[in-house]
Amino acid sequence: MSAARDAARDPAREQDAGPVVGGRVLLEGADIHRALTRIAHELLEANKGPADLLLLGIPTRGVPLAQRLAQRLLEVEGTAVPTGSLDVTMYRDDLRRHPTRTLLPTELPPGGLDDKVVVLVDDVLYSGRTIRAALDALSDLGRPRAVRLAVLVDRGHRELPIRADHVGKNLPTSAAERVSVLLAERDGRDAVVLSPPPPAGTAGGRA
Amino acid sequence: MNRHLLSAADLDRAEAVAVLDVSEEMAATQRREIKKLPTLRGRTVVNLFFEDSTRTRTSFEAAAKRLSADVINFSAKGSSVSKGESLKDTALTLEAMGADAVVVRHWASGAPHRLAHAGWTRGSVVNAGDGTHEHPTQALLDAYTIRRHLRPAGGGHHGGTGQDLDGVRVTIVGDVLHSRVARSNVLLLHTLGAHVTLVAPPTLLPVGVESWPCRVTTDLDDALAGGAPDAVMMLRVQRERMEAAGGGFFPSVREYTRRYGLGRSRLALLPEHTIVMHPGPMNRGLEISADAADSPRSTIVEQVGNGVAVRMAVLYLLLAGDGTTPTPSSPGGTP
Repeated sequence: MSAARDAARDPAREQDAGPVVGGRVLLEGADIHRALTRIAHELLEANKGPADLLLLGIPTRGVPLAQRLAQRLLEVEGTAVPTGSLDVTMYRDDLRRHPTRTLLPTELPPGGLDDKVVVLVDDVLYSGRTIRAALDALSDLGRPRAVRLAVLVDRGHRELPIRADHVGKNLPTSAAERVSVLLAERDGRDAVVLSPPPPAGTAGGRA
Repeated sequence: MNRHLLSAADLDRAEAVAVLDVSEEMAATQRREIKKLPTLRGRTVVNLFFEDSTRTRTSFEAAAKRLSADVINFSAKGSSVSKGESLKDTALTLEAMGADAVVVRHWASGAPHRLAHAGWTRGSVVNAGDGTHEHPTQALLDAYTIRRHLRPAGGGHHGGTGQDLDGVRVTIVGDVLHSRVARSNVLLLHTLGAHVTLVAPPTLLPVGVESWPCRVTTDLDDALAGGAPDAVMMLRVQRERMEAAGGGFFPSVREYTRRYGLGRSRLALLPEHTIVMHPGPMNRGLEISADAADSPRSTIVEQVGNGVAVRMAVLYLLLAGDGTTPTPSSPGGTP
């Protein structure tokens, strides 16, 4: 099964798009830190405190972002907000248009999602299809009281009627450009990098 | 490109570990209240069974349905059409129905291979047991069960993710001669780095077994006491094999049980952590006693559940993507 081979050889190929070369750094580590701190405060303000909040990061980079947000919430309010991960791969609408994707763990905090205010956390909001898949996945896992969306970067080009409640940074981009979010937990450093369109012959932007 | 699963030998170590890892995620979804996933919506899986096998067929059926594929059960048993024609005509029928995958169980060794390579169908072929040849998904579910028990990860439900079975000792006991389970297990467990010992009466060992990548012995007590296995897998022995008409492979049930059955006294020879496995259906009192089958070491019931998760993983890996190999650098920016 070649799909198994691909998954084995490159477990995170979708997320690891190779080395970022020739890109322009749009956000530095300190910018990302400030953006997350602001989002944490916005979450608390919108929710009138940390009650019933539950953070779900979408793998791969949504997961460390959710953990960082939880850390900020702990620092601000002194309350540990339950945090987990939600892999949306099996709910995607484009599975048949790509090589088989690797599955990543979905880990829900004990107690489940019912009647919680679930905050989906992802690194980049683009077409909106990942979030559409996440909403479907959520409805199979429980019935949250409300679902919010927090993203580090909104790069536009939505293909579905979806918007984020909390955005770290709005980045107007061309669809051909590539936005890479680097996080210390996975990539050794924090940065958001905008790369020019890849040269002809390589694959285009992932929708 | 390899888009079928015909033999346990189709997988190298990294691929086999990847199948087990996907199985782990599938198993996690099966602990939820809503077990159905939309992943294979619009795909059709045909269960083509030329031999009765309620367990394997229902396991594949459950796996396909949990992934939202349409399932067509095609029982070809008792067909009077001559063999070669029958398989071809059936394959053409399935092709006309738009089968994306054909799960085939056949009494003839090599039938799935023929189906996959004769150009009769465009679908992926999964071998669900062919003759005395192979049963790769059974080997995968056995390897998965072994990994869960012997390679527990620290916390969480992701037991052993990413790990192989390097150095694990597995003893497989019984009718190796007629067992596709034994052959597939030897191949896959060896690929994963485990050390396999086969134990069988001399009459129930296949010709050429000495070339298999495993140890072979006829002394079960020695294999259990001296070999200190981490897992003992008992194979089903059919009573018909005893009679002269069935080949006369062993003289009596009592003699077989005394020399090759797993009962209370042999259970006591095993290290504390050793698990007892059986692919089912069991002959209680022949190859395995009730003490062994129902002991806390037994993973026999768990193997059934794991079978669904592993088959979901196989169907996912064969059917979910577009069937191409990914480009080395796919573009970034999670949408």
